Amino acid sequence: MSEATGAPKISSLPDLFAVAYQIEADAVERYDLLADQMETHNNPELVAMFRDLARAEGIHRDEILRLAGDIDVVARARRLGPWRGGESPEQADLAGAHYMMTPWHALKLALAGEQRALAFFTSVVETAKDAEIKKMAEEFAEEEAEHVNLVHRLLRKYPEPPASWSQDPDPPVAQE
Amino acid sequence: MATVDLRPARKPADYKSEVKAIWCPGCGDYHVLMSFTKAFAELGLPPEEIVVVSGIGCSSRIPAYTNCYGFHGVHGRSLALAAGLKVTRPELTVVVASGDGDGYSIGGNHFLHACRRNIDMTYVVMDNHIYGMTKGQPSPTTEPEFDTALSPGGTGLRPFHPLVIALASGANFIARCFSGEPNETASVLVEAIRHPGFSFVEILSPCVTFRPDEKEWKNLVHPAPVAPTSDPGKAARRIMTDDGFNIGILYRGDRTPYQPAVGQTSVELAELEKDFER
Repeated sequence: MSEATGAPKISSLPDLFAVAYQIEADAVERYDLLADQMETHNNPELVAMFRDLARAEGIHRDEILRLAGDIDVVARARRLGPWRGGESPEQADLAGAHYMMTPWHALKLALAGEQRALAFFTSVVETAKDAEIKKMAEEFAEEEAEHVNLVHRLLRKYPEPPASWSQDPDPPVAQE
Repeated sequence: MATVDLRPARKPADYKSEVKAIWCPGCGDYHVLMSFTKAFAELGLPPEEIVVVSGIGCSSRIPAYTNCYGFHGVHGRSLALAAGLKVTRPELTVVVASGDGDGYSIGGNHFLHACRRNIDMTYVVMDNHIYGMTKGQPSPTTEPEFDTALSPGGTGLRPFHPLVIALASGANFIARCFSGEPNETASVLVEAIRHPGFSFVEILSPCVTFRPDEKEWKNLVHPAPVAPTSDPGKAARRIMTDDGFNIGILYRGDRTPYQPAVGQTSVELAELEKDFER
């Protein structure tokens, strides 16, 4: 089940908790990094949005810690190793960042991450042979589906910007 | 009896400094920084036993963003600085960061001789095929037809082929990575640092500001279809004939690294100081 997605091999319920934890922890780290970038480039609206996204993912991460109980998911995630051939599903694509990006762009990055996470947990549900893993993965998949819907709702508040969104009167590109 | 690893487990965050990285949003170098810290954590080395040396350019900002020892040197001279450091302090892990302008043009000759000397250190070049910091001049790896106001119609010049040159000059480990795959890159860096001798890791790292076309690289890179070889002839054929987007370890040699006996210098420091006083 794991090989197709590049995920670490999930052989037990603790493995699933560890992988789910790592997905959320990676998302927090990535959104904070994007917020830092926007701070450097003086885009305060995006700083706030990426910090909010980091906070939301942090809540999910902590909820997984709670569900995992006595399982040391941090150590287990380290033992399982990184995702191969790319990053974990909710790590927003850094290459999608732009110093003049708008909340719509940030939400599109977030939507893509939530959709990847949904696809991942759905694939675990579809391929897991262990009933416990399947049941827990179903719960995670349901949560991700809720997040996808939430981001869709937020996108209605922030419509797509006009095509000129990246026009900078004082651009860094000196060649043009 | 199995040995027990008593080193404390370290996290990538343990190697990050408090200095916020200043690159353009979307720059591949953010990923490279993550790969550095992930690799250092995997190696479990104390930050004070690692030195990150750099020259000048966007990529060379990286030492400040780690909490390892760092040396932000002069343009193109990072390898010379790092070589001096490593032969006098062989117990340190030395990682050198550079870009295609700093490393292949201004520092091109140092590159050849660092490969030839085979000192035990790792040379990471973040290659974006352009001078980013100075606003988009063609670099040694820029494609001949790349058309800009600074090179109308393109330079028409054959690009430098760093991996082939590294192999011909004697580098002991050669790999190509893509910044957009930080986990894979970190794994390669771990192997590069562990491999004795001069390890050369070229990381394709898109410049989203001056080369937005490089965003397409994520769709062009692919894993090298063959296992690394220790046969330089085979490696040369592979590297010469690949499409430039083959990712992975391409050569793993077995040359003995150069390491003079510590303290074996021809002139004592005090004698040198006297020369300066004259």
